Amino acid sequence: MDKTKKRRIQILAASVFWLGVWQAAAAAIGQEVFLVSPVQAIGTLVELLPQAEFWQRIGFSAGRILLGFGLGVLSSAVLAVAAEKWEWVDALLAPVMQLVKATPVASFIILALVWVSGSSLSVLISFLMVLPVLYSAVRTGIGSADRQLLEMAQVFRLPLGRRLRAVWLPAVLPAFRQGCSVALGICWKSGVAAEVIGLPDGSIGDALYRAKITLSTGELFAWTFVIILLSAVFEKLFLALLDKAVAAVLGEEGAEK
Amino acid sequence: MSETNNKLEIKNLSKQFGEKILFENLSLTVDDPAVLWAPSGWGKTTLLRILMGLEAPTSGSVEGVGRVGAVFQEDRLCPQLTAEENVALVLNAEQYKVKIQYKEQIRDDLIQLGLDDEALALPARKLSGGQKRRTALLRALWAESDTLLLDEPFTGMDPAVMKKAAAMLKARCGTKPTLLATHDQEAIRELGWKIIELG
Repeated sequence: MDKTKKRRIQILAASVFWLGVWQAAAAAIGQEVFLVSPVQAIGTLVELLPQAEFWQRIGFSAGRILLGFGLGVLSSAVLAVAAEKWEWVDALLAPVMQLVKATPVASFIILALVWVSGSSLSVLISFLMVLPVLYSAVRTGIGSADRQLLEMAQVFRLPLGRRLRAVWLPAVLPAFRQGCSVALGICWKSGVAAEVIGLPDGSIGDALYRAKITLSTGELFAWTFVIILLSAVFEKLFLALLDKAVAAVLGEEGAEK
Repeated sequence: MSETNNKLEIKNLSKQFGEKILFENLSLTVDDPAVLWAPSGWGKTTLLRILMGLEAPTSGSVEGVGRVGAVFQEDRLCPQLTAEENVALVLNAEQYKVKIQYKEQIRDDLIQLGLDDEALALPARKLSGGQKRRTALLRALWAESDTLLLDEPFTGMDPAVMKKAAAMLKARCGTKPTLLATHDQEAIRELGWKIIELG
């Protein structure tokens, strides 16, 4: 049995074990309000699936959270390049990035509610949470660029496009990929947290809040499962696309690293 | 690969690192290909780096370098690109627009220098030392340049391959100002260029 297959079986076995623990705990407590069983949670999810509102909520939240992520990707790339190029930009941004990293997401959400509407809140919050992670990843990538190749590009006076493809992208893409993997998880968590506080109509966060106040623990678990699934699916999709880009620039072996 | 009547002038050039003086008040005029010969540790690589604009001299000046075609002390190939792609990187803007056409010529040159189909398909990181060196030399020759600065370009090549590379170099650089730093006596004989002895 190869290592990957063995690992998959181990993960599957561990998942079954923890589902068993969950089922046993729910049975022992015996009160749905406190803890539903995995079977009940999946049952609730199955009930939600045919409802148009369920899909509309997913569309609403995914659109905004991913917009925040996209803005974070663009801004972090631009700011990281500027900070590498001009020292004063680096100095200017350093405290901001440190502040954004250290501030609790709840403080940002409450503050941001004063500035933007509830429906835009998740865009802003996921953007803010993603920004320092990707900024730092892009800067790490830029910092790891091969100095000897940069000198080569300087001596041969390579145009910017060729420098990017031949020297900068191979250095930045692997670090950027790693940053995106972390940032995608963060943007979903923080985006939904913003919705739970901002309560925009028709969002996943709104559904979570309603489940809480109506003590519908089954729905709470079902929506939580949906968020985890969405986060995982978008991460897989985005990273698969990025891997294609990395493979195009670095060759297949580079993408595997 | 255009030929020019450019003249490279080194005037009272000095370089020192801390207390250590590498060379002092060096003056040279180079208007055709020449071999730069100096004892190990004299500072040939540093001199070439100054001429490439990568390092500042302690004092003195350099004129007439213009665009440089270079072989560095290290191969400095983009590891993810093939030999052909590495050379094509330095094509000028006009050539780059129709690079497919030029890539065929580059491929022919690489084959002439002894790279086979298998090597041509590999990314540079998988090439042998000698294959990388030949690619680096060809890149310098394909670059649009006024001056060629070549730091031990034949390292890692066996005598037969070195002769092919030297023949291509002689044919391509014409009378362009060229400084080739080497200790390889056989290469020096093969090139038959004037020798600038330093140190």
